[in-house]
Amino acid sequence: MASFTRHDLKRIHLTVNGRPILARAGQTVLEAARENGIHIPTLCYHEKLKPIGACRLCVVDVAGTPTPVTSCTTPATEGMVVTTDSAMLENLRRETLKLLLLRHPMNCAACELNGNCQLQDLVHEYDITHQDLHTYEITPVEYDAGVWATPLIKYHPQRCVLCGRCVQACIEITGAGAINFKGRGATTRIAPVEPTLNSQGECVSCGECMAICPVNALTEANAKPKGKPWETTRVKTVCGYCGCGCELELNVVHGQVVGVTPAGDNGVNNGALCAKGRFGYGFINHQDRLKEPMIKRDGYWEQSNWDEALDYIADKLLQIRDQHGPDAIAALSSARCTNEDNYLFQKLTRGVIGTNNIDHCARL
Amino acid sequence: MTNSMSEIEHTDCILITGSNTAETHPIIGRMVKRAVQRNRAKLIIVDPRQVELTKYAHIWLRPRPGTDVAWINGLMNVIIAEELWDKVYVQERTEGFEAMRQAVAPYTPEVVSKITGVPAEDIRRAARMYAKAPRAMQLYAMGITQHSTGTNNVMALANLAMLCGNVGIEGGGVNPLRGQGNVQGACDMGALPNVFPGYQSVTDEAVLGKFEQGWGTGMRLSNRLGLMLTEMFPAIMDGKLKAMLIMGENPVLSDANATHVKEALEKLDLLVVQDIFFTETAQLADVVLPAASFAEKDGTFTNTERRVQRVRKAIDPPGSAMPDWQIICALAERIGQKLQERRDRDNGRNAARAAARPAYGRWDYASPSEIFDEMASLTPSYAGISYERLERGGLQWPCPTKYHPGTPYLHKGRFTRGKGKFAAIEFAPSAELPNEEYPFYLSTGRIRYHYHTGTMTRRSPGLETIAPEERLELNPQDAQRMGIAEGDLVRVTSRRGSIEAKVRLSERSSPGMVFGTFHFREVPINVLTNNALDPVAKIPEYKVCAVRVERVPTAERPAAPERKAAEELQPA
Repeated sequence: MASFTRHDLKRIHLTVNGRPILARAGQTVLEAARENGIHIPTLCYHEKLKPIGACRLCVVDVAGTPTPVTSCTTPATEGMVVTTDSAMLENLRRETLKLLLLRHPMNCAACELNGNCQLQDLVHEYDITHQDLHTYEITPVEYDAGVWATPLIKYHPQRCVLCGRCVQACIEITGAGAINFKGRGATTRIAPVEPTLNSQGECVSCGECMAICPVNALTEANAKPKGKPWETTRVKTVCGYCGCGCELELNVVHGQVVGVTPAGDNGVNNGALCAKGRFGYGFINHQDRLKEPMIKRDGYWEQSNWDEALDYIADKLLQIRDQHGPDAIAALSSARCTNEDNYLFQKLTRGVIGTNNIDHCARL
Repeated sequence: MTNSMSEIEHTDCILITGSNTAETHPIIGRMVKRAVQRNRAKLIIVDPRQVELTKYAHIWLRPRPGTDVAWINGLMNVIIAEELWDKVYVQERTEGFEAMRQAVAPYTPEVVSKITGVPAEDIRRAARMYAKAPRAMQLYAMGITQHSTGTNNVMALANLAMLCGNVGIEGGGVNPLRGQGNVQGACDMGALPNVFPGYQSVTDEAVLGKFEQGWGTGMRLSNRLGLMLTEMFPAIMDGKLKAMLIMGENPVLSDANATHVKEALEKLDLLVVQDIFFTETAQLADVVLPAASFAEKDGTFTNTERRVQRVRKAIDPPGSAMPDWQIICALAERIGQKLQERRDRDNGRNAARAAARPAYGRWDYASPSEIFDEMASLTPSYAGISYERLERGGLQWPCPTKYHPGTPYLHKGRFTRGKGKFAAIEFAPSAELPNEEYPFYLSTGRIRYHYHTGTMTRRSPGLETIAPEERLELNPQDAQRMGIAEGDLVRVTSRRGSIEAKVRLSERSSPGMVFGTFHFREVPINVLTNNALDPVAKIPEYKVCAVRVERVPTAERPAAPERKAAEELQPA
């Protein structure tokens, strides 16, 4: 992850917009500026990834360099004099954004990211309207939806701004390298690569590409429409599948879990998730969920209520304990329940029923 | 795990055996990949299956299934013969070395090669790579433990780690990867027949006294060891066990020799199942109680590196379903109430006095946080942990005091028992080996997209699309010899039962071996597996049994598989 930039204690002095600032050796101009509260717009940059340098929004002027450079890929050096906010730079950024928007539809109302979108923020910041886009006489290319490397994810090529985050995340975070740029010019798109002989490049459906996409060009293929960011509650919890114990956030809209997002860059997983953790939430609100206690009478199931069911169990248990002793009763606890559930279950078995016949599925 | 997950990316050598890490623990799998690619860690994989990480391995040994003790002893034989072991560490921190040295002496690479099928030179190379690394970490999973010699396999691995001074250091250790979200926690909480929470023995009088007092149950706690899961089913058949309470488990699909399990559960006088779905096990129950899923309750999970983390409630449970802890409290209170009524009837005492003295300890918890605090007060390794501290991030036990930072790796400076004890372990073959009638090894496990008996993942639309049915892995060499093509239906038969499944041709399984999962109720693979048990851990031998594989002629195939059988059984 951040292993690319090896910071050491050596300090570097540079001047940004006429203001002297301190940077650490190994930092880029962008990192140094951000750390000192200087705003430089970006789209492809992500703290978890190596700098990509694709979106060209972070361009800055460096004294002594003839053309603007991308600040995300330029290392800070001693005595550097940087300008980030000249009229020329702002104009450059504005035109770059306009070119992106020739491809990306400004149909924000139809997008789940509406309100929580970096591109939308930039459009707002640079005040770009539909009229502005008519300065370019280019008809957008028709894109077909295409297939993604996994059936779990849908690719929207017209939304894609070709920032390359997904490609880099697949290499750096997942270690798979299953997707890459394909084609050239206006028809460039991201597409699955052919797995090579040693199966490098095999998609593992982890969804890191989807999670890191800044413009919602990758969405969950099999999910219901998710809520708007402002009606979504995110609850931080721990994944219940394997024993890794990854931190994640359940996205809740109107009492339904509609998706899973990583919980920042924290936890044992540093914000990464796998296919089960990210896509395996559908069971929570599934129609098959048990909703009421049930009792089987004469081979037929009858819906019951808690009072009746607990009475039934308590009576039967006591009857069996009286007749056969406590060791005729056994309990199976669960590795999918919480510590508190497990603690109480063994307390019930040992302290109320009176037997040590308790075990769980550790051996499975 | 003795050590922490984050150390994987900072160690010099990783030995993975009996674990398809990249598929079953994807996040740890990625750490291993990064360790190899970025930090130039050496990777040794020992596995009969060509698991995904073998692509990244420097050495991949492919032993026959069930020959683990042989190759581990073989590595130690080489390490001792070539004087590569950590003499200072062995001298200062361990005992029993001499007996172990004699035990491994006959396991020369040539002898081991005959048992395991691994070339002798590869064993030497692997031994040198592991022993010469300054810090080497072992990762293993059920491929080591689910054998009739599981305990010996683990002890042999521990021998190897101690021999090279790799226990009690950062980036070392013997690290079982726990397969289920809170399997570590369930063990820690004493959901085991021999120990109270924190692995405190039920036969220890002092411990019994502590819990009697702590719980205030007003009765003597039993000091008889309970039955292990795998012993319970025979006990039912013998008529010793009459009632069973099952919380969130599906043994009908998950336990070895499933036909036997089903018969046993049907014989019970009372079977209570509390679960989130109407599982195959719930269908056999007398009473089914609806429980809350992990998204619908507060609590804690303990992960594979002993890290206690907070689970938080996101939504309300459906219908009148309740979190398991509330169900248990309600049941305990109901039993207590009935007993009190009885006592009142018998003694003719008045009801007011009865109400003043709740008979069965405390069950009126307002929140899981109160349950945790009671547990922590009785469990030394959790004593310093509280919900308040967990808000700031997970803590790894042992965490004995309120200001203790938690323990990233165990046995630092000193083993928990004092000195690390070498065990002299001899190789013993698996309980059931292939023969003429059953010529294949069958091994079972998981795939990337599903989890256990599939009750959760198979109800998640995405995962079900990507892996909708069982595909039995068969090596193309065997397939060609038997005239089986990709996607053909085969019948797999063991001494205990028979199933039919489609085939996937894959080099992942070595010739003479088939691999299947236990995710699909349409293909209940555990009717085949052997319930031969490890004598100590009583773990069934899921990883090795002998089967016969035959192609099912097209005419015999059923018209359409009954995919929705379980849902149809559920009342509306």
